Amino acid sequence: MGLIKTVTEKPWERKGVIGGMVPEGTFAVTAERVALTFFLVIATVIFSLFMVSYYLRMELPDWEPLSEPAQLWFNTGLLIASSVLFQWSRNIVVRGDTRNLYTSFFGSGVLAILFIVAQMVTWNHLQAGGFYLSSNPAVAFYYLLTGVHALHLIGGLWVWSKCAIRLTSGGEPKEVRLSIQLCTIYWHFLLLVWIVLFAILANT
Amino acid sequence: MAYVPLADQDQDMEMHHPHSWVEKYVWSQDHKVIAIQYGGLAVLTGIVGLVLSLLFRMQLGFPESVNFVDPNFYYQAVTMHGMIMVVYFLTALFLGGFGNYMVPLMLGARDMVFPFLNMMSVWTFLISVIILMASFFVGGGPTGAGWTLYPPQTAMAGTPGHDAGIILMLVSLIVFVVAFTMGGLNYVVTILQYRCRGMTLMRMPLTIWGIFVATVLGLFAFPALLVACIMMLFDALLGTSFFMPAVLEAGTPLDFEGGSPILFQHLFWFFGHPEVYIVALPAFGLVSDVLSVHARKNIFGYRMMVWAIIAIGGLSFIVWAHHMYVSGMNPYFGFFFATTTLIIAVPTALKVYNWLLTLWEGDIRLNAPMYFAIGFIFTFIHGGLTGLFLGNVVIDLPLSDTYFVVAHFHLVMGVSPILVLYAALYHWYPKISGRMYNETLAKVHFWLTFLGAYAIYLPMHYLGFLGVPRRYYALGNTDFIPLSAQDLNSSITIAALIVGASQILFFINIIGSLKWGKKADSNPWGAASLEWQTPDTPPVHGNWGENLPTVYRWAYDYSVPGAAEDFIPQNMPESDVTTAQYAKSSQGNDE
Repeated sequence: MGLIKTVTEKPWERKGVIGGMVPEGTFAVTAERVALTFFLVIATVIFSLFMVSYYLRMELPDWEPLSEPAQLWFNTGLLIASSVLFQWSRNIVVRGDTRNLYTSFFGSGVLAILFIVAQMVTWNHLQAGGFYLSSNPAVAFYYLLTGVHALHLIGGLWVWSKCAIRLTSGGEPKEVRLSIQLCTIYWHFLLLVWIVLFAILANT
Repeated sequence: MAYVPLADQDQDMEMHHPHSWVEKYVWSQDHKVIAIQYGGLAVLTGIVGLVLSLLFRMQLGFPESVNFVDPNFYYQAVTMHGMIMVVYFLTALFLGGFGNYMVPLMLGARDMVFPFLNMMSVWTFLISVIILMASFFVGGGPTGAGWTLYPPQTAMAGTPGHDAGIILMLVSLIVFVVAFTMGGLNYVVTILQYRCRGMTLMRMPLTIWGIFVATVLGLFAFPALLVACIMMLFDALLGTSFFMPAVLEAGTPLDFEGGSPILFQHLFWFFGHPEVYIVALPAFGLVSDVLSVHARKNIFGYRMMVWAIIAIGGLSFIVWAHHMYVSGMNPYFGFFFATTTLIIAVPTALKVYNWLLTLWEGDIRLNAPMYFAIGFIFTFIHGGLTGLFLGNVVIDLPLSDTYFVVAHFHLVMGVSPILVLYAALYHWYPKISGRMYNETLAKVHFWLTFLGAYAIYLPMHYLGFLGVPRRYYALGNTDFIPLSAQDLNSSITIAALIVGASQILFFINIIGSLKWGKKADSNPWGAASLEWQTPDTPPVHGNWGENLPTVYRWAYDYSVPGAAEDFIPQNMPESDVTTAQYAKSSQGNDE
């Protein structure tokens, strides 16, 4: 669709049915896919605003940089593995196959849950080390950013669990195909967000 | 990923058909019921906002004799009035109410794309309203920090509602953003993907364009409010210092240090300015359609109108700091934001000219909706012109904290959108209810509201010139303000009370007409757009009977030479135009 072409059309000149008898969506994908894309843009805006706030707040004199726990590398590994498994299950379900679907699909969800648990473990380590929310803005931002990221992942896991229930209660894989496809996109998005967050946290 | 166009889903589209009264009117997934729920709740909330404004206006007009408004309550009333009117009333009514009702009907769809999500949206909105209203009943009362909620004073003793009130306000806003996002995704995806046959983007009525761009603005601007609220909530509850600087409270230092109040202002206004257009753009769209129908002319410069809506939407994201001139900033920033602000006047003025040119030599029918629509052009021009003054840094600085600003933004984003709301409510009332409203009563309502609004806001400009500060509970002994300013204040309050009371006429009219109103035709105004071509009035669940409509033309074919009638419905094929009488061609209207 040429956007410029679309909005420069002169609607008063053209009569009749445009584009044949089949109505076309603006984008040739499912409505759910369009909604997800918009949601990803919204989430990007949210994370960007947090990051902008982070950089602006950092310039003020009371900022004491936090050295992030090394465990975050391990956590990142978990999230990457989860994303890879989701991609695998997507490829299986798109092929119309079922072999290894359970392994990959459930594996990805379990890894994502493990990631959240691991993030909470790092929170506990920080707390034990005397880094509280109120001790310094750098610490507060660490909790805030990782927390918001984890909340997004929990939202994804909610959809994942609905799919899981559908699959385990004897649903056909093709019933959950769209959900798995969309979840995969969402998982990759959250992985990307995490890597950017991690890079920013580790470098400041 | 298999893409199935809407038309191919005609026969087996899954509709959630209600089985009981509760499912039909309470847990409804029908966009029209949801629209009325959203709109009704917004109006109820708006009435609270209106009453609050009358209360603090009485304090301002008659400080000697009004003793039930103390300073604390004054600030709480001002704060809640502002927040309610901007977010919970105007945004919810335009997008939740009109957005829900108009989008599927004007596009020839059966419902929103995600009806369940739509239902969730309205109930989440209800929760946010309940949380907001709960703050009236907690210890300390609602927050009195001003609707902008600037830290640090929001969270400090001395500001009313600095403990429970502000927490409830922030939580309520967060819940509102969630509700709006669910609704907003629905509108955007429905508009992009669920239009009927032949309904190209450039054949959509301007109402839809306004709602579409406003929703996109909302989806991208509300996150800033969300982020600001979350961080402020952390500051208030968990002792972080995102926004709270090191500060003394009654002589003792608080536990905060180093936070940036300016950061909050940036986040707030990055939401706050697009918010103005989230309210204004649907109003622009609705009023364009009302003007065109009642002037029996196509809207002048349809494409320009669409481009102007898009341009205004884009520009609205790069002007936010003009709300912060008095906070102080690098002069080059001030220059940049003043420039972008003034550039917005170009597409806006273009829209005003196009509305006027739509009226030019039109066959104008002075029905009540047309009164309100023309009234809107007046108030919008006046409110817009004072915006040109305030957009300049040097003029804004002395005027910013005076009543001049109050007059400006109430005319441009208070009175103007509300006049459009009335125009739209009267215009679509016959379709929504199936009855005609009382024309005389509606016109009395118009004159009281329109002239009353001028009696309120025109004198405020003069108060502003005199330097009367806004936000003050009482003026006290201020040498530079002449005593006569108080007389002006009293007259403003009397006008406000009259305008407030006259809104009762509206409710009498729409509620009374449900019972006593004349039964409405399916298309009493002779309008061309799709929502007037439904087989049933009011439209039933599913909107279109057996088959979805097919669109052959844009929504503005009025007074076309050679046509049998002075309007051609969007779904009328070219072959019927010269011969068909509307009554015969309108599909299957059994009345």
